[in-house]
Parts: sequence; C-alpha cells; structure tokens
Amino acid sequence: MARAAKISVKDRNPVLSFQEFLKALLATGQVGAVLVPQHLAAKSAVMPTLVTDPEKLGEADPFAPSFPMNAARLLARLTRKPTGGLIAAVLRPCEIRAFVELVKLKQGSLDEVLLIGADCPGAFGNTDYAGYAGSRGIESTLKFHAELPGQADGAGLSPACKACEYPVAVNADLMVCTFGMDVFDSMVVKANTPRGEEVLEKMKLPEATLPASRDEAVAAVIAARTAYRDRMFQETSDATADIEKLMSYLSNCVNCYNCRVACPVCYCRECVFLTDVFDHEPEQYLRWAKRKGVIKMPTDTVFFHLTRLAHISTACIGCGQCSNACPNNVPVMELFRTVAHYTQRAFQYNAGASIEDEPPLSVFREREFPEVTGGKE
Amino acid sequence: MGDREPTIIAFVCNWCTYTAADLAGTSRLVQPPNVRMIRMMCTGMIDTKYVIKALLEGADAVLISGCHPGDCHYINGNLKARRRVRLLKEILPRFGIDERRLKMTWIGASEGIDFANTIKELVAEIKQLGLNDLRQKMIL
Repeated sequence: MARAAKISVKDRNPVLSFQEFLKALLATGQVGAVLVPQHLAAKSAVMPTLVTDPEKLGEADPFAPSFPMNAARLLARLTRKPTGGLIAAVLRPCEIRAFVELVKLKQGSLDEVLLIGADCPGAFGNTDYAGYAGSRGIESTLKFHAELPGQADGAGLSPACKACEYPVAVNADLMVCTFGMDVFDSMVVKANTPRGEEVLEKMKLPEATLPASRDEAVAAVIAARTAYRDRMFQETSDATADIEKLMSYLSNCVNCYNCRVACPVCYCRECVFLTDVFDHEPEQYLRWAKRKGVIKMPTDTVFFHLTRLAHISTACIGCGQCSNACPNNVPVMELFRTVAHYTQRAFQYNAGASIEDEPPLSVFREREFPEVTGGKE
Repeated sequence: MGDREPTIIAFVCNWCTYTAADLAGTSRLVQPPNVRMIRMMCTGMIDTKYVIKALLEGADAVLISGCHPGDCHYINGNLKARRRVRLLKEILPRFGIDERRLKMTWIGASEGIDFANTIKELVAEIKQLGLNDLRQKMIL
C-alpha cells in the first residue's frame, strides 16, 4: 500500500511538473477527465475546470494559494450518476473531506473518482489573493512557494487555513507530498488506496520514499495550526457566550445566505429559509413588531445561523468558504468551526475523516445518551 | 418579569404522548395549564429549527415527548429525535440557553398519569429556573 513515486521538477517549476503529471494521466487514458483549478484569462482568478484534452492544461495550477470555492460540490455534481469513466479530481484536503461527507449523504460517489490531493499550505481569502497574484498567474504561485519555508504560521492566509489541522490529504487516492522537501527540485506522489496504487503503477515513475523531513514538517504545521485553532475556539466561545453576545457577533449579517450557498456540506437541495415558510404575510411582521415593540428586519438572522449550526455542524470540515463568501466580514467560519468541534465531539465523529464513520444525524443506536431522557433508555 | 406564567411548547407524537395527554384530560387529572401542545405524527419529524425558534421567541421550555423505545409507530423515529435533542443540548448552552429548557421524555399512550406528572414537574422546574428573558428582547 505504501507505493510512492518521485516527480522530478523541471526548470524549477513545480506547477509545470504537476501539469505534466495530469497530462500523462489523460494521455495514457487512465482517466477520462481531470477536475483541476486553472488560471482564467483574468489571471487573478483561479477556478475549477473540467479538462478532457491534455493540451488544455496550460493554466492548471493546483498549487495556487487561491480558494474561491469548495469544489467538493462540483465533484458531487459530476459523480451523482455513473458516467463509465474515471475522473481525476485535484482537490485541497478540505475539499476531499467535504466530498467524503457528501458521498455519505448520497450526493456524490467515490466509484469513478481518482482523488488527488497535494500538501496544503493554505490559501488567501478571495480579495487578498487578487491583491497578491495580480495578473502574474502561475508566476505568483511560484513566488508563494519560494517564500513558504519562512512562513510556517501562514501569515496573510485566510483564518480558516491558519486554523486547519488537516493540511495533508490522507484520504486521497494519490497524495502529492511537498512539505519538508524542496518543491523546486522534486515532489513525491504517494498512493493511499489500491486505486491510487494501480494508477501510479502505470505512470512508470521512479520509486521514491518520503524523507523524514516531511513528517517533521507536517507535524510542525499541524502543531502551529492547532494552537491557532484552540485560541480561536476560546475567543469565539467568549464572544458568543450568550444570545446578546451572539447577536452582536452576527450584527452585520444581512441574511444574504451566501455562507449557506458557499458551504459544501449544506446539503439540502432546497433550503427551508428560501421557501414559503419564511415568506411571511405583511400582517405577520406587524403582529411580531407589536408584541415586542420593535423587531429587526430582515428577521430571523440568529435563527438562520443557529439552524444551520444544528443542521450541518456535525458535517463541517472547516474549509472557511462561509467566511470567504460573506460580504460583511462576519466571522462565520470561526463560529461554525467552534461549535462543530463540540457537536462532533459529542457524537465522537470527525467530519470528512473516513468514508466508514456514519454521519451522526443519519444513524442512531437503540441504547445511547440516557442523560437526554432523564436516565431512561 | 415575575408576573407571567411560564409557557411550555410541547411537541408530542400522535401515537403515544398525545394519546396520554388525552387520557390525562379525560381522566380529569389536574395539571398546570402552561403547555401549548403541538401534535406531530412522530417525534422523528421534529426538526431542530422548531425547538430553536420556540426558544428564541421566548418559550420558557420545550418538551419533546414520544413513544418508548421499541414502541414507535414508525419503528425508530423517537430514537432519531433523541439524537437531535442531544445535538441541541450541545449547541444551545453555548449561547447561554439553559439546557434544562429542553426536555425529552417517553410517555406511552396508557400513561396519562405520567403525562400529568411530567407537566407538573416541568412547570415547577421552570418556575425555579426562571423565565426565558428572550421573550421581550429584539432578536436579530
């Protein structure tokens, strides 16, 4: 199971070498398509693309520190029915973890997917990335990785990435390892699954072993991020300790529900908050206002966030796209990750970690949680 | 604020607890009139948002009551409800909502006395705990 191969980097350009690896996957017919982020003509936008022609990978850049959306949703769309061919999906570890959740919710399938995940140093928020990359495209990615070794704390990156203790795609079929190595010299591709092994076998790449420096580098990244995460949990818990505080925490929310749209694991096909249930009669608003003397419009802001917490915090994988999508900089990610930490712990569940673990709210045991019903089972 | 009586929203299942409540009534058991009962087909269809909304609107407690495990008319809806209640008891206290404001019980169709006692105890407990001050507040 531990097969690993070396990708030698040509011209000190790891992005190009990654492209060539994907090109070879397509050219040898091992996969029918590749889902991979590419720089668009505008150059400061890196968006997921579905590529079938090996010649159309010229702007592919899985290393770009850009994360405009969680592509797990897109992969779910591509896999919700069988297509008869294998799709290689180059995703961030958090995207893979979100996809694992969606598969468990029967919204996607692992049957025809080759998951490829690279070690993830994190990404900028949307606006910060545009400022960082300008129109320099892949060149800016190379600069980012050249500067990386001196920035273990992820300075300038989005808070979700700084707090992410899962920088490595352990549940990918193929894991592209760069931490603790000179990425401008070589990378190691490691197969984590039989499918990954089979594909790697046919790539005819030279065998390799992971250097000890990678384990050390991974451990250092996890330690730094866990420390940041724990501080964040504490600060967020303090800032939302009662409903008054929660209201002030959410006071800039305008009920646009962008966080819900951006959330990869907000799994309902139609959200109840967009249905007639919340299309209240004008008189209803007036009755509510009369009862309290004043109500805030639009109503149900706190209700919306609490409901979303109840619905999806057990599936939250912490990608931070909710905060990325928020037009008013409400620290939604911090709130969701904090609550998710405790709700997942309550059910001894770790979202996205394994396809085997059952999502807490879709199963039950005959005897459990006696404290909930006053000691009676 | 001490001048109003507590309001308890009870989500009860059609097959067991609602029937028990009916039995308590027809048996003329005396119980406090603080409960607003909502009959559901099964506790398994109680979405977490119903509880959240009730508490944000100022309900002093929410009671969810269904069939005993093994007796559910839909086989296991009550066990699904138990997981959701467990979830809410994790989330709500993080925002200062006392977890005692959410109660779950199993009351079978023949247990009218149990139902009356449960209501009596819950009302007494909530009176001791105090009223939910969110009722007067403007909730964003």
